[in-house]
Amino acid sequence: MTQTDLPLVAAETPRNLSARKPRRPGLVENTPGLDIATHVILLLGMFMLLFPMYLVFNAATQTLQEVNAIPSRLTPGDQLWTNIQEAWVTRDFGQKFLNSLIVAVGVVTGKVVIACITAFGIVFFDHRLRMPIFWAVFITLMLPLEVRIVPTYAVAANALMPFQAILDSTGLSWLINTVSGIEVNLEWRMLNSYTGLILPLIATATGTFLYRQFFLTIPDELVEAAKMDGAGPLRFLWEILVPLSRTNIAALATIMFVFSWNQYLWPLLIITDPSYGVVAVELGKLVPDANTTGGDIPKWNIAMAGTLIVTIPPIIVVVFMQRWFVRGLINTDK
Amino acid sequence: MRRAYFRNNWIAALVVAPQLLIIFVFFYWPTSQALYWAFTFEQPWGGGNEWAGFENFRNLLTDDRYWHSIRVSIVYAAGATVLSMSAALILAVFADRQLRGYRAYRIGAIWPYAVAAPAVGLAFRFIFNPSAGVMSYVNEAFPGFWDPILNGDHALIMVMIAGAWKQVAYNFIFFLAGLQAIPRSLIEAGAMDGASILRRMRDIQLPLLAPTFFFVLVININDSFTDSFGIVDTMTAGGPARATNLMVYKIYVDGFRGLDYSGAAAQSIILMLLVIALTVVQFRYIERRVHYT
Repeated sequence: MTQTDLPLVAAETPRNLSARKPRRPGLVENTPGLDIATHVILLLGMFMLLFPMYLVFNAATQTLQEVNAIPSRLTPGDQLWTNIQEAWVTRDFGQKFLNSLIVAVGVVTGKVVIACITAFGIVFFDHRLRMPIFWAVFITLMLPLEVRIVPTYAVAANALMPFQAILDSTGLSWLINTVSGIEVNLEWRMLNSYTGLILPLIATATGTFLYRQFFLTIPDELVEAAKMDGAGPLRFLWEILVPLSRTNIAALATIMFVFSWNQYLWPLLIITDPSYGVVAVELGKLVPDANTTGGDIPKWNIAMAGTLIVTIPPIIVVVFMQRWFVRGLINTDK
Repeated sequence: MRRAYFRNNWIAALVVAPQLLIIFVFFYWPTSQALYWAFTFEQPWGGGNEWAGFENFRNLLTDDRYWHSIRVSIVYAAGATVLSMSAALILAVFADRQLRGYRAYRIGAIWPYAVAAPAVGLAFRFIFNPSAGVMSYVNEAFPGFWDPILNGDHALIMVMIAGAWKQVAYNFIFFLAGLQAIPRSLIEAGAMDGASILRRMRDIQLPLLAPTFFFVLVININDSFTDSFGIVDTMTAGGPARATNLMVYKIYVDGFRGLDYSGAAAQSIILMLLVIALTVVQFRYIERRVHYT
């Protein structure tokens, strides 16, 4: 397929979804009753979605007595700042925020880069392994972390274990040992490290797919022109493909930031040292039940203040990057 | 098909290598390990294992607790999916009329996507707490009406609502996109034939939304099987009396608390087959969708 103009979006995004102006119906229909009903339904929906968050905010502004009063008050108090400070200091959220940010930046950068270069390798080179590699990456979509959690944890305890096992079972370890006298013992412990938090999350089937779809729309003429001008593959990648993929990068980065910030199960398992803790896991530890309070009055106000501060950064990203976010979500089909 | 290629296959190998290495170490190896463990008796701290055949699976499938977990997962998947999809569909259909305030409504339906599962869990745990928050009003009026801490059904309903709330935004985005991909001319033709707005919704927009609907359905069921961990862990930890012990949570508990690697691996395999089956259904649908557009 050859195209003369370059589409900037890979797949078919409905233009109106992210258009700046709402699409006004061309029909003039006067249905005041239905219009009012529409607004009522939509406002009801907004209420259902927003009210829980309001209750979180409300509880975060109250004192311990107020939040545990029966029935509790539905109007905000004046303790918001105090509660946030207490949550921030007692749970060491400063460090946790920094960690979450490091992990998010690492995961986002990693995913964007690795998706881009993998797609580059399977679209712009003529080798027999193109489709097998694509499928090898794509099948990982069917193996969410949750279903392979126990053995993945075992790998994180020693990321070189697969290679060790291969060397052992093929007899190569024995061979190396007898020939050189060196006992092969590969070990790379990833527990309690940023690498462990970031590296296993970097592989991305959806991201690779997104880039592949986009690269397939790049016209042959562009490749030929680049080759004629003496550009090698890497130069073509860096000076032509990367600038053209800005839309993809923004879309992918937005989704992946939210994805990474909200990771819970993986950091919960591999991090036991609090100095590597991330915010989402810390939230789980804020649950004020009998185990954590030791029979004290549950500090719901502090827990809700914590929920608030952890939730705000991804909400800001989604709201302000809405256009890219929606586009990325739809084009990757998650 | 592309005709112009670069010839340097060394560079091709170099650029695909990082991702292949990562998926080998963190996807294919653990998956094959899970398979291996599922068919052996694995010791928690290494050191020997013996071939078990289908023994692990037999143990699972004769265990009432496992069947209970499957039942709970299905109820959760059905409840959360129906709740979130119907809410999202209604919102999307009416938001798509694009009356005044359309942009505000759209943002209002999208932002919950950003909220992390443990945050949703914690928030709803507070909201549904029988002795604090909103439910304290209800319990004040009808004592003993609501108690998710002791009543398993209440706990499951609570987890379901939290899961559904979290998923509404995702569904809304896809439904709205699906609705806006419907050619305007069809709707205008309907209008010229004298079909009212509601009639056009029912007879034009909803039927044409069917492919999107099906896609979203599969994703929702899939997610409710795998993605519910954070909510369950922060809200109920599988309790009370295993009433919310979803399959994915049971794998975690058996594997990491009970150190039953073989049992957990066998459960992983079963869940994996389920997810793969659903994904295959989804792929067949994606193929269909290409013909639609």
